[in-house]
Amino acid sequence: MTSSASGSVSSVVNGPVTVGRIAIAVAILALIAVPFVVSEIYYVNIASQVLLYAIFALGLNVLVGYAGLVSLGHAGLFGVAGYVVAYLLAAGYGHGFAILAALAAAMVVTAGFAALALRATGISFIMITLALGEIIWGLAYRWISLTNGDNGISVTTRPAPFGLSLASARGFYGATLVIFLVALIAAAIFVRSPFGAALCGTRDQPRRMNALGYHVWMIRFGAFMFSGLLTAVAGILFVYYNEFISPQALALTASAEGLLMVISGGAATLLGPVVGAALVVIVKNVVSAYITRWNFMLGAIFVAIVVFMPEGLVPGAVRLARSAWRSGRQGKPEPRP
Amino acid sequence: MSALVINNLSKSFGGLRVTTDVNLSVDPGERRLIIGPNGAGKTTLFNLITGELTPDRGSVALFGRDITRLPSRKRAHLGMARTYQIITLFAQDTIERNVTLALLGLSPLRWNPFLALDRQDHLTRQARAALGRVGLDHIAERPLPQTSYGERRRVEIAMALAQNPKVLLLDEPFAGLSIDERQDVRKLLHAIPRDVTIVMIEHDMDVALDFADRITLLHFGEVIVEGTRTDVVADPRTREVYLGE
Repeated sequence: MTSSASGSVSSVVNGPVTVGRIAIAVAILALIAVPFVVSEIYYVNIASQVLLYAIFALGLNVLVGYAGLVSLGHAGLFGVAGYVVAYLLAAGYGHGFAILAALAAAMVVTAGFAALALRATGISFIMITLALGEIIWGLAYRWISLTNGDNGISVTTRPAPFGLSLASARGFYGATLVIFLVALIAAAIFVRSPFGAALCGTRDQPRRMNALGYHVWMIRFGAFMFSGLLTAVAGILFVYYNEFISPQALALTASAEGLLMVISGGAATLLGPVVGAALVVIVKNVVSAYITRWNFMLGAIFVAIVVFMPEGLVPGAVRLARSAWRSGRQGKPEPRP
Repeated sequence: MSALVINNLSKSFGGLRVTTDVNLSVDPGERRLIIGPNGAGKTTLFNLITGELTPDRGSVALFGRDITRLPSRKRAHLGMARTYQIITLFAQDTIERNVTLALLGLSPLRWNPFLALDRQDHLTRQARAALGRVGLDHIAERPLPQTSYGERRRVEIAMALAQNPKVLLLDEPFAGLSIDERQDVRKLLHAIPRDVTIVMIEHDMDVALDFADRITLLHFGEVIVEGTRTDVVADPRTREVYLGE
């Protein structure tokens, strides 16, 4: 009975679902093809940036989209991971140790962020994360003996996992793509899991979730940790990509850009943050080469998204595709008996 | 042993005393009706019983165990379930997902971030069974925005029933329902077996009176009258509170 009921529902939406799967498969093939098809190194590097910021946005989306907790301090977590890697590499430690230590440090700081920020929700949560992010930025900027202040820390080598060099733009892109796909799959599994469903429940009806037996605070804490982990991975990739980190990477602007990626692409959707990251990175890098006031351009795009697709680009596009699909089907003459 | 015992429970919001020295003892399997005019403190009493509010004084015990300081979620695990007067559902999900979340709340599976929730067939089966009890299994996959108010009331009840509670607190389960829908809900409440203790707040005397074993009348946060159906209906103080004599 169960299977027949679900079967009838899925056959109704079967068209768009199949289209969606094909679209994802095509997108992944396109991502794999980038280093082979794109001849200019510049654009391969842009693609690497898109992917690393997409991981950042995926992490932020766990909190913003699924937990309903807007963070303006995630660049701080991004920066902690980045600075630890850069500092340890500059001090002569190996890549493996530096990366693990960076992840561990970022997790500890994330736990601290979560413990403080989860005392509140809504606006207060935003303000606490904003303050915490600014503290990290302040440390990076002012604790010169540790962070080298505004001059930042340079990293001279990239790791070579399994003997594969990441020194070239194409090699680095390949590694970033693999990590991105792992992060995407992890996020997909998380969202479909019982814990993911519980997290959405705490977003929509926290009071009821408590009455139903859920530990709302602990669920949010777990989500914060997962969000922090993805953010830290992105921060480490950032340092290896630029071979440099400075306080700019963890300024409030970076947190806000992450938020714009999530919201413009579509919060609480799996692919929205990825599309949003692509949009922001491309406008920032490519459009800025042609238009001096590229910030204006970015702003105009966001205004357009808010006006025409307030739910974000991905859900908006799905909505348009669905209605097109339906009207296409209705247009067809029905076979009459 | 009583299913639910409330001792000298008091709660004030600032200078407003909303619950004053309330004592209540509900036997296992009993159907207790709590009545009282608007603002009598009925829902506040429920919130104190379920732990959504903390009392200033007094205690709440569930089957002899003091639960006064336990958070709501632990009370749920001890067998307490409630419905809400103001419908409190997961508005973006299907009916079935709503009930699944109720089931998941008591399952260790709720912490699992790896499995696919859709593939947990035992949860699906239990959710369908709970929806069957309220007569909604045929529209289990309907998204909540496409359901009627009466159907949502029944989803509220299905979520509470799905948790297999020992004590079920129903906050105005008939509110906003049509006459036909009231009869449906009345039937499904009568079908709940007697191993579930039920405390119900209700304004609609016609449907509620024949359901109750005992009735408690609250007024300005105090218990005014308590007794069997006939006692309370006959009591002059009931008329006074309801008719303002």
